[in-house]
Amino acid sequence: MTQAVPLLDIADLTVEFSTRRGVVRAVEHVDVRVGKGETVGIVGESGSGKSVTSYAVMRILDRAGRIVEGAVRFTGVDVRAASEEEMRDLRGREMSMIFQNPRAALNPIRKVGRQIEDVLKQHSQAGSFALTDKAIEMLDQVRIARPRERYHAYPFELSGGMCQRVVIALALACRPQLLIADEPTTGLDVTTQKTVMDLIVELTRERGMSTILITHDLGLAATYCDRVVVMEKGRVVETAPAREIFTAPSHPYTRKLMRATPRPGASLRDLVPEGDVGLRPGQGASSVCSLPRVRGRGGEGVAENAPSSLAPPPCPSPASGGGDDVAPPFVVRGAMPASSSARTDSAARSHANGGAPLLLVEKLVKEYPRKRLGEGLAKILAPKPAPEPESFRAVDGISFTVARGESVGLVGESGCGKSTTSTMIMRLIDKSDGVIMFDGEDIGAIPAKNFAKLPLRRRIQMVFQDPTDSLNPRFTAARAIADPILRLGAAKGRGEVRARCEALAAQVGLPLPLLDRFPHQLSGGQKARVGIARAIALSPDLVVLDEPTAALDVSVQALVLNLLQDLKESLGMSYLFVSHDLNVVRLLCDRVIVMRAGRIVEQGSTADVLNSPQAQYTRDLLAAVPHPTFA
Amino acid sequence: MSNASPGQQSRSAPSSQARSAPFLTRLRPARVASYLAQVGPPRGGGEPTESVAALHAHLAETQAPPTLTLAHNTGLAAALRHARYILSENVVTGFAFALFILIVLAALIGPYLLPYDPLASDTASALKAPSAAHWFGTDQLGRDVFSRVVVATRLDFLIAVTSVALVFLMGGLAGVAAGFLGGWTDRVVGRIADTIMAFPLFVLAMGIVAALGNTVENVVLATAIVNFPLYARVARAEANVRREAGFVLAARLSGNGEMRILLAQVLPNIMPIMVVQMSLTMGYAILNAAGLSFIGLGVRPPTAEWGIMVAEGAVFMVSGEWWIALFPGAALMVAVFCFNLLGDGLRDIVDPQRRT
Repeated sequence: MTQAVPLLDIADLTVEFSTRRGVVRAVEHVDVRVGKGETVGIVGESGSGKSVTSYAVMRILDRAGRIVEGAVRFTGVDVRAASEEEMRDLRGREMSMIFQNPRAALNPIRKVGRQIEDVLKQHSQAGSFALTDKAIEMLDQVRIARPRERYHAYPFELSGGMCQRVVIALALACRPQLLIADEPTTGLDVTTQKTVMDLIVELTRERGMSTILITHDLGLAATYCDRVVVMEKGRVVETAPAREIFTAPSHPYTRKLMRATPRPGASLRDLVPEGDVGLRPGQGASSVCSLPRVRGRGGEGVAENAPSSLAPPPCPSPASGGGDDVAPPFVVRGAMPASSSARTDSAARSHANGGAPLLLVEKLVKEYPRKRLGEGLAKILAPKPAPEPESFRAVDGISFTVARGESVGLVGESGCGKSTTSTMIMRLIDKSDGVIMFDGEDIGAIPAKNFAKLPLRRRIQMVFQDPTDSLNPRFTAARAIADPILRLGAAKGRGEVRARCEALAAQVGLPLPLLDRFPHQLSGGQKARVGIARAIALSPDLVVLDEPTAALDVSVQALVLNLLQDLKESLGMSYLFVSHDLNVVRLLCDRVIVMRAGRIVEQGSTADVLNSPQAQYTRDLLAAVPHPTFA
Repeated sequence: MSNASPGQQSRSAPSSQARSAPFLTRLRPARVASYLAQVGPPRGGGEPTESVAALHAHLAETQAPPTLTLAHNTGLAAALRHARYILSENVVTGFAFALFILIVLAALIGPYLLPYDPLASDTASALKAPSAAHWFGTDQLGRDVFSRVVVATRLDFLIAVTSVALVFLMGGLAGVAAGFLGGWTDRVVGRIADTIMAFPLFVLAMGIVAALGNTVENVVLATAIVNFPLYARVARAEANVRREAGFVLAARLSGNGEMRILLAQVLPNIMPIMVVQMSLTMGYAILNAAGLSFIGLGVRPPTAEWGIMVAEGAVFMVSGEWWIALFPGAALMVAVFCFNLLGDGLRDIVDPQRRT
């Protein structure tokens, strides 16, 4: 690395925000150096100050924020002292930024080609006659097929990945020296993420640019960066080469992040520190033991099917039975794959037992009429009748089953129909064709709008993707949890309902005083717990989990996933886990269904599908998950 | 990168950062203590445990005495603190609130504090200019203008409040239903609103009062009908956004019927915006009522009402007795001004963006 004259030198940077509750230090004494041609990753969870650091570099902090200490030097220019005019010149031409949400970063009513021209014009990079050619050239460089055509596209006509490419084209149009990518792939599918990241790396390397990659994903940072800076609560806790940080993290926080990241070979219990498991009364120590308990309840013939090492109840192995700090992690890790295979066995067994599956989906189809632009106008103007409206099959004849006590993962990229499938099973929307049998009843035949008040309703519940959106902002946590109990539950009277709420809160690990808070007073993890408590309030048989952890930080995700696993074991529920994250699915599910474009491309036990995928698409999905090769 | 987009991003991002930032860094020792008092000792569970443990650590560091401030988190106290914050930031809103309180007081207890009977004529002292005895002067019948202006507050305020309440019930509910249910409800409500909008509003109000009869009740009704489209459209737009919100789906899963979701889940969420709307239309309602009285509809003389008083005084403007029309006109202006400012202020208070 060029240690002598760094391109960007952030020294002792402190940024404060003045809020109504006084001054908040978002970033404290941060030192980051970026050499020429270097790729540096800044990793941290939400609130760690990683974005604020980059905003300070670009000097685009909002009015409440200001740099109180330290210096930011970019190619020798003191960013803190520079005038607004100088900064305007620097931004875009010398350093530029890629934002998290590409759609929000593009002007929705301007053609993408024009937007690239705007940047070129702003920094007088090309004469006006060459602008269009230059813009098309940029589109070509970010691998947009048919750039001449796409020049005239509006952002809404492009997919998320395409939009991000346009944003990259915008950022690179003036050949800046420094590119700041702020969570450039959050919200994109894994395969898109891979292509976008590969593109960024390739283009920046070609031009000898430096890159700062801001992300919450340690795996992504380690895969694409030379050096990684780990931030926690506004401070840098560790700076090291990517390989070092991934193989031998020195700071406890980095270790905690590493541990919490779902990855192949790690089990659910590996994600949380041992100490944390020990803290949970009735969960930590017994969580390992509870596996055999469930198997025992599941049916007879446990001993024959279970691997011999797991046969003696109540605890599978003495090492994991301890479940506290004394047990070194590798012992636990050794124990878990065995028990997870036992889980698979239990699922397989319930099939073998001949018990009807809890949920049976057969040739399920959902069609939407395809709306075309100006159709209404055409109908008026055209003398002949408009052509038959085409329909779009969001779900195209899929069949699968979910057994009692089983958790099934439904995996696919956005737009593959997995959410449509889950909402049809939830009976929130009506199917176009096919059968949905729940515990022997054809619930697909009941219209969605009549389903809400049926007693069956309480047996199928759901945990939503966005914990914030799924809670009524004007209901307290207790009121939200009580809602299903009041409508469908047996509990009557204030006291009884409240008692049930408190029991549920205890079950999901939500401190009781938080029950009287409103959603905006709760953290993301706490809101997720409220959502889970509401879903299990009626002791449902089937819970659909729609990416329940997608909006959470990894460490919180680890806790929530563990909670879900504990609840499943203690309540004997079945899960249909909808997700795009194969590593998360691997942790929680017995079987996996991979969907693409409304069809199932592969299904089977988790181990089979993820370890020896048959379909090419599954292989692509697995390969796209960022994982540094040197680990 | 164009200049606009980084600016937009930066405005939203750091604020969310600040919101989700570990709140420990923001808490003062006393706050930590009160939080601890509510949360209690560490218990089972994941990150709450951590944060509580961290709080304990923080508390130990700062050596703060554990003082209890239990009122800290109750709804009313929080609302008051929030209102105080907004008012301290926006002096104009504070002024509007003060004015509003003055108007309410005038309406409630004003009639009992008057120096003169607002209806008693005294031809000996007719058309007197403002003086120490008659602050606002006297009119052609020798009635004290000040007393009449104060007494009129109650009537005008009452007309405005009832008509706004009425239009909220009609327009607000129709709008929420239209936005949430869609389909036929939406079409019917939309066409009704369009029909009303098709008339010049004041002429429509005149027509309604003329057709239904010249009474105060009909003035109220006419004012409400004229405002219907405003409420229906705002409520429809707000409800429509929340139609597919996660919490509505969750409510369906909890076994709520559509009507219950509409009234218990969606309506409370659009109340803040409706309150702003009500405050803004209060001014218009007062103007409308006064306008109708001015042209001789609705309230009839000798009742004290700002519109009538302006109409009566207008004749005397030419001959130099300006005070008869000016003071009721000024009162009308102040009231409308106050409600408009209040509406702006309320919009700030209910705006979640300001709740950082």
